[in-house]
This record gives sequence, C-alpha cells and structure tokens, in this order.
Amino acid sequence: MDHQTPSPHDTREHLVVIGNGMAGCRAVEELIARDPTRYRVTIFGAEPHVNYNRIMLSPVLAGEKTFEQIVINDHSWYATNTIDLVTSDPVQAIDRAAKTVTARSGLCVSYDRLLIATGSDPFIIPVPGKDLPGVISFRDMADVDHMLEAAGKGGAAVVIGGGLLGLEAAHGLTLRGMKVTVIHLMPTLMERQLDEAAGWLLKSALEARGQTILTEANTAEIVGDTHVEGVRLKDGTLIPASLVVMAVGIRPSVALARDAGLEIGRGIKVDDHMVTSDPSILAVGECVEHDGNVYGLVAPLWDMCRALADGLTDSHTGYRGSVTSTKLKVAGLDVFSAGDFSGGAGAEDIVLRDASRGVYKRVVVKDDRIVGTVLYGDTSDGGWYFDLLKRREDISGLRDMLIFGQAYASGGAQADPKAAVAALSDDAEICGCNGVSKGQVVACIGAGNATLDAVRATCKASASCGSCTGLVETLLAVTLGDEYSGERAVKTVCKCTSFGHDDVRREIVAQGMRSIPEVMQKMSWSTPDGCSSCRPALNYYLLCALPGDYKDDQQSRFVNERVHANIQKDGTYSVVPRMWGGLTNPRELRAIADVVEKYDAPMVKVTGGQRLDIFGIRKEDLPAVWADLNAAGMVSGHAYGKSLRTVKTCVGSDWCRFGTQDSTGLGVKVEQMTWGSWMPHKFKIAVSGCPRNCAEATIKDFGVVCVDSGYELSVGGNGGMKVRATDFLCKVATEEEAMHYCAAFIQLYREEARYLERTAPWIERIGVAYIRERIADDAEGRDALAARFLFSQQFTQDDPWAARAAGEHREQHAPMARFTPIDATREMA
Amino acid sequence: MIGEWLDIGWVDEIPVRGSRTVQVTGGDDIAVFRTGDGRVYALADRCPHKGGRLSQGIVHGGAVACPLHNWRIALDTGEALGEDKGCTPVIPVKVSGGRVLLCRASTMKAAA
Repeated sequence: MDHQTPSPHDTREHLVVIGNGMAGCRAVEELIARDPTRYRVTIFGAEPHVNYNRIMLSPVLAGEKTFEQIVINDHSWYATNTIDLVTSDPVQAIDRAAKTVTARSGLCVSYDRLLIATGSDPFIIPVPGKDLPGVISFRDMADVDHMLEAAGKGGAAVVIGGGLLGLEAAHGLTLRGMKVTVIHLMPTLMERQLDEAAGWLLKSALEARGQTILTEANTAEIVGDTHVEGVRLKDGTLIPASLVVMAVGIRPSVALARDAGLEIGRGIKVDDHMVTSDPSILAVGECVEHDGNVYGLVAPLWDMCRALADGLTDSHTGYRGSVTSTKLKVAGLDVFSAGDFSGGAGAEDIVLRDASRGVYKRVVVKDDRIVGTVLYGDTSDGGWYFDLLKRREDISGLRDMLIFGQAYASGGAQADPKAAVAALSDDAEICGCNGVSKGQVVACIGAGNATLDAVRATCKASASCGSCTGLVETLLAVTLGDEYSGERAVKTVCKCTSFGHDDVRREIVAQGMRSIPEVMQKMSWSTPDGCSSCRPALNYYLLCALPGDYKDDQQSRFVNERVHANIQKDGTYSVVPRMWGGLTNPRELRAIADVVEKYDAPMVKVTGGQRLDIFGIRKEDLPAVWADLNAAGMVSGHAYGKSLRTVKTCVGSDWCRFGTQDSTGLGVKVEQMTWGSWMPHKFKIAVSGCPRNCAEATIKDFGVVCVDSGYELSVGGNGGMKVRATDFLCKVATEEEAMHYCAAFIQLYREEARYLERTAPWIERIGVAYIRERIADDAEGRDALAARFLFSQQFTQDDPWAARAAGEHREQHAPMARFTPIDATREMA
Repeated sequence: MIGEWLDIGWVDEIPVRGSRTVQVTGGDDIAVFRTGDGRVYALADRCPHKGGRLSQGIVHGGAVACPLHNWRIALDTGEALGEDKGCTPVIPVKVSGGRVLLCRASTMKAAA
C-alpha cells in the first residue's frame, strides 16, 4: 500500500467518495452501520453544503420547507464519524496508476478504494441562447436560489420539459407568484410515467391552477441580448420570460470516469457489487449502469448502497437490479406508476375512472399477473399493486375486485362484488353527480324501473358522468335477481364504454368537452386510449360540436381520411379530383391524363358520381400528384371520406329538351356550398332537371328534382346493398330555398345521426315526420341549422390536397429510411 | 465492421399513436409504430390476413387495427388478437439516445 498520506496515525484503508449527494452519503451510512471503524473516509462535494435530500428541493422552491429541514446529515455526523468533508471543490481527475484524485483547488488525495457517486447532469437542449443568463436547470440548491431570486422580481417564467422535475419547478414558481408556461415536446405530460389519460388529468389540474401547458411544443431558440427575454417555438410563437428553467431530462455524469479510462456504457458499468472495471473503484447511484439499466429514481439507490456496503465489508450479497415504481406528488397531485403499462398481446386493462373525484386507476394484467399500473388522484393502493407485481402473485382470485383496491378486495366475506354492493348501507352514495343513495336507487328499481335507462330517467343515478354505471347495474342485478336481463337497451359505441352514441354526443355538448381524452375520462372509458371504433367517432363528434376550435386528431382517423385518398387492397391509393356538378374541361382532362402517364397509373375509371378515379398511385407519390392536379385548378373530391362526396347532375334546361330548370348550375352551387364538410358517413347529393330524374336524385342522401313550378326536395335515399328511395321532404320555389333547406338538412344529420349511420337508416330510426317538422315546418330552426352549417363550413373548405402538396404531414408519405441489403458474394469480391 | 443495429432516425419523427415505414429493397416494408405512451415497435408491414398495410392502421393501446378489415394485431408479438388467428413477423427495435434502432439481421431477413 502506498499511502501518500495525510494522517500518520491513521493506517486504515482510505475510502474516497466523489460526490456528497444522496448516493455517496447513503453508501457511507450503510458502511458505518456495518463496520464503523474499518475505513477512513473522505468525501468530496462540488456544492458548498452538507448532504441534503435532493428530492426535497421542490418543497424548498415552493416555500413549504427550508434548506435546514431537508439536510440529511449535518456537520456533526461527519465529525462523529471522523469523515473528512471537502466542499465546493469538485474532483477533476482520477489517476488510477497512482491511486490519487485531484480536486479543482489542486488538493490531491490518495485512495485505497474510490467510490464514484457523481449522480447525473441535467440535459441541456442545444438551442441558440441556451447559455444566456437567466437560463438554468433544476438540479441543486444553487438552482433553487436562482429561481427564488428571479421569482422575487415577478414576471413570467418558461419551463422547458413537462416531466416530473419541470412540473415541480413550474409549481414552485407559480406559488412564488410567477406566470408560468410549461413547454413539452410530447403530446402528454410525464409520458414515461403516465399514460395519456392520466397525463390529460394532470394537465387539466395544472391549467386550473393558472399554468399554461403547451404540449407538442418544440423549442426553437431562447431569445435575449444580455439576459433571457423569451422562448421562441418552432411554430414561431414567442413566449416572453425573464427566467427559463431547462428540465428536459438528466443523464449519468460519467465524464470523470470516462477520462480515467473506466468502462462506460450509458453509465459507468458496474457489477453486482457496484465495482467498476477497475477493482479498486466502485460507483453507485444515478451515474452507474448495472446489467444494462440506468436508474433515475431513489429507490434503486438504497438497494445499490446496501450491496456496495456488503461488498466493502466482505459479506458480498450483490445487487440484482430493481423493479421501479414511481409514486409522486406532482404539484400536490398524487400520481403513481409501476411496471409495464404498454399493453400488448395477452395484456388486459382493468380501468376505473371516477370523474367526479378526478380519479383514474389502471391495472395491466397478463397471464393472471399484474404487469403494470398507473394511478392518478388516488394512489393509496399503489404499494399494494406494486407488491403484487413484484411478487408475481396470481391475482385470478381477486380479479373482479382488484381495481377497487386492497381494502375492498381483501374484504373476506365481500369476496363477491355483488355481495359487496349488497352490503352497502342504504344511505351509501351511489351517484356522486346527482347525489343518489343506494336506498333511492333500490326504491326506484322496486317501483318497476327494471333497466339502466329507466333508472337513469327516474332517479338520475348514473345519468350524468356515468362512472357509477357498474354500481347501478349491480344493484339492478342484486335487487331483481334473475329478472334482470343485464341487457342494455342501448347499443354501446364500442366495448370501451357502456354508453351509446346518443349519450356520448349529448354529454359532449352538455359538459362542453373539448378533447378525446377528456371524453374518455368523464365518461369512464374502460380502455386507456380507446379503439379503432370509438376514436374516429369521438373525433367526429368533437369536430362537429366545436367547429373551428377543435384540433382534428389525425391518429383517430381512418387511413383514407388521413392521406386523403382511398387505400386499395394492394396498398396503393386511388385519387379522385373534384369535378363540380360533374362538369369538366380540357385543362382538367389534360392534367388528369398527364398524371396518369407521369405516375404510371394502371387504370382510370369513370365513377358513379360523375368524375374520374385514378388508380394505383403509390403513397409517396400522392403529394406530387395533388400538386399537379392543384396546378390545373382541381381540389380533393373527398371520395375517401365520411363527408360530402359528389353532387350529381343532369344537363338541365340549357341543353335538354325536357329540362325545367338549370339543374347543372344548381348542382355546382350546391357542391360549392357543401364540399369539405365532415359527416357521420358519406353523403351524396343529386340534382335532376325534370321528373325523368336522370341524375338518380331519389336514391341520394339529399335529392332535388326540378319541376316547372320549383324544386322538389327529398331525403334519405341510397343505392348500395339495400336500396332505399328517398322520402319526400317538401317543395320549394327558388334555388336559394333549395340550397338553404339542403344546408339545414345536412346540419341536422351532422348533429343528430350516429357516427357511421347513413341518412337512410337514420331516417328509418327517427321517422321522416321528424325531419319534416325540423326542416320544412320550423322556419326559425331551419335558419339556425343552416347558419350553423355555413359557419362550420368556413373552417373546412381548405383543399387538404393543397396543404399536403405544400408539405403538411409530409412524414405520412415518405418512408423514414431505406435499406438495400448488400449481396454477400459481391461484398466478398 | 457492420453493427448489429440500423439507425433509422429520431423517435419523434414517428407520430404518437401512428407509424412510419422503412423500405427494404427486395422485401416488404417494415412498419415502425409509436404508441400513446411512447413505446416503439416494429413489424413487417403486412397484415397476416390479406396483407394490408399495418402502418396505415389506427394504433390504440398496444395494438394496431389493419385498415383493410380491422384485424387487431398486437404490436409486441405480431399476433392477431381476439377471434382472429395469424402472426406477422416482429423486428426487434430499440430506442437509444432518442434514435430508433432496428435489428440489422431481422431487417435484412425481411428482404430475403
């Protein structure tokens, strides 16, 4: 041993610890607990402080705690255990040959064993302005001091990063009186810990506290001359701020170890005893990589420190990695997550949503075992789920009650959910929204209301948010016994919900819901992000309810509506440009011919809707095809959408000897008014110039047949598998009236039909008398409907092709990468 | 020396609850998916039913619905879910430092 050595009296092995943080000190604590005298210990810290609890920086920022209250070990601890503490002097080099470390001050200390506990460094996104004064991270006490100083002056702050650290910083700054905007790159907050539903709840709660949360927001630069003045996003938005907190993530601090030539992966590589590639050097905490894993949480650190101390005292037990859970209070809101909540084959979700309490619980089960969980609002059972997960407990016996939590599931005699509900007292509240007790629901059922809908209509239980639907159904089953059929009278939207389409639409409007995750939460969806049936329906209902305001969710649209073309069975697309009223001209025809040749389209077909369909276009060519068609003045025909398709016309009075009115002209005008509108299903219109009806107006969703004295309007026809002729609506005298009635009828259909319900089944369901009442008889209502239609049209009559040709959603058309395998024989040669 | 992984781009080039493709000369495309909670998976871009482009489907939970006939395919195993039976090849994929990496051997095998 070649002690270079300060203390001639102390001949013990010298353990030098780099890092005075939670990991380094915890390791020393564990070591002292095992053998208080074996090692002489020196700890180097970069900060001026004694060891404090970094996790508690947020309460210090928020003013809930003082620095003194978050100190873990004060000076007396170091003194009692004869630990040399060197503060404000970071180690800058390790000499493994000489077994010494050198700090910034020049202090050089020799070691027998070295422990690296450097933790992690904040990740700074490389944008212009990142080094301006006023741009800080949130990692240590100095950062907190900076924030408190800035907050003292008031004004606005921007926090970049909507993970835990960023949200804690935002919360603290808000409490300190700053106006805070959080910029987050991903669509949901804390996406690594929370699923979309929980992320949405968190976002709503934070917004309610006055923070501005911008998701899917990409920072372009931090602006300012001598000090930060604001943040500019990639979309051009400028957010003024006198303080920018960069909290986009952390990465293991490995520079020192790398310079010393230790083996590095994502972190400093260690074995089960926390020993690095140099047997004299150990490492612990966030800076290490163990068995391919890097941890950024505190719990694994305790396990690591135990294994490390065991190793240093010759009783090797070894660290075996950690299954981590995250139980957090984010800005005072409880969240918990653990394990794998990505779903996948064989994984089933059990979801409980309680909208009135703001609770979301999701347990992911696979092969009768819990594999993951996400809890929001009520995390009291997090530990229990996590315990079941870690022990890989077979939960098939508790499955029905699992989601209600430990108290409920282990209730012995209540091992049956029906028994548990039956055991509730009569004054137990069933429906929180309408304040209905169990006794009232049972009395209501006893009075002859034998279905869920009857109960909802009579005592209002489960008639609002619906989260107690399951309880009410159980009460029906308990009260009626075998008489309860269990069948819902209403067909549900899909298996993700117990509500029907009409319920969902009514509640979207009544509660002013604004996003798909909001609907799913408030209406207690049983899946985390819906399915391919409900997502397109909800997207449409929101689009219809909030014209101009709702941001269309591309990922909730069927592919044809996403790429604005029709997918064919070989994966290519067909393209149909709009031909107004079925009219065309040489320029359009030439452009179509050119496209067919240029992109080698194998087929062109005249459609039933009086236009031309170009087949066999490859997805990556679509934007170029649209650009060419746009150049000739043509726009998308929406032949792919749940939307206005065509307005078919006959030649009318200009040419036809039987024609009574200008059917072609009216058709063009109607198409110009209605194109681009999204509908519950496809919608076709036709205008015939005389009762011979060459345009087949009586098998269209809306048909006009011109007669000498005016225009006969009829509705609800279609061709297809089950042909249905239209029902006569009424006759009007002028073109303007025909168009006005058309607009009103379309809006009624848009607002009241169910998604994927064409006008024919809709009218058969509700009766044509109702349509006449609303459109023909009620002039005021008709005007209002037409006005709402025209209002919503102003937001939809942008040609989607033009936007795509100009580069919007370009990524949907180009592959991410291309590879060509090299022929093995050629590679040899 | 040829590495084991092919770097295909940044993870945020894939829309959340969406998909992008990777073309491999001489073979099926590979569909790379990103779920609502940020997981990344890769499958051969062919539904085991009628060969529909899975990359064009609606991603929900850990599955994708094929655009042709609405079969649901699990993203982690490639297995058809529910009553349907069939399986599409899975290409091992990982995300490192924000980059999406595809297993070279499986990617090239897709072309063979």
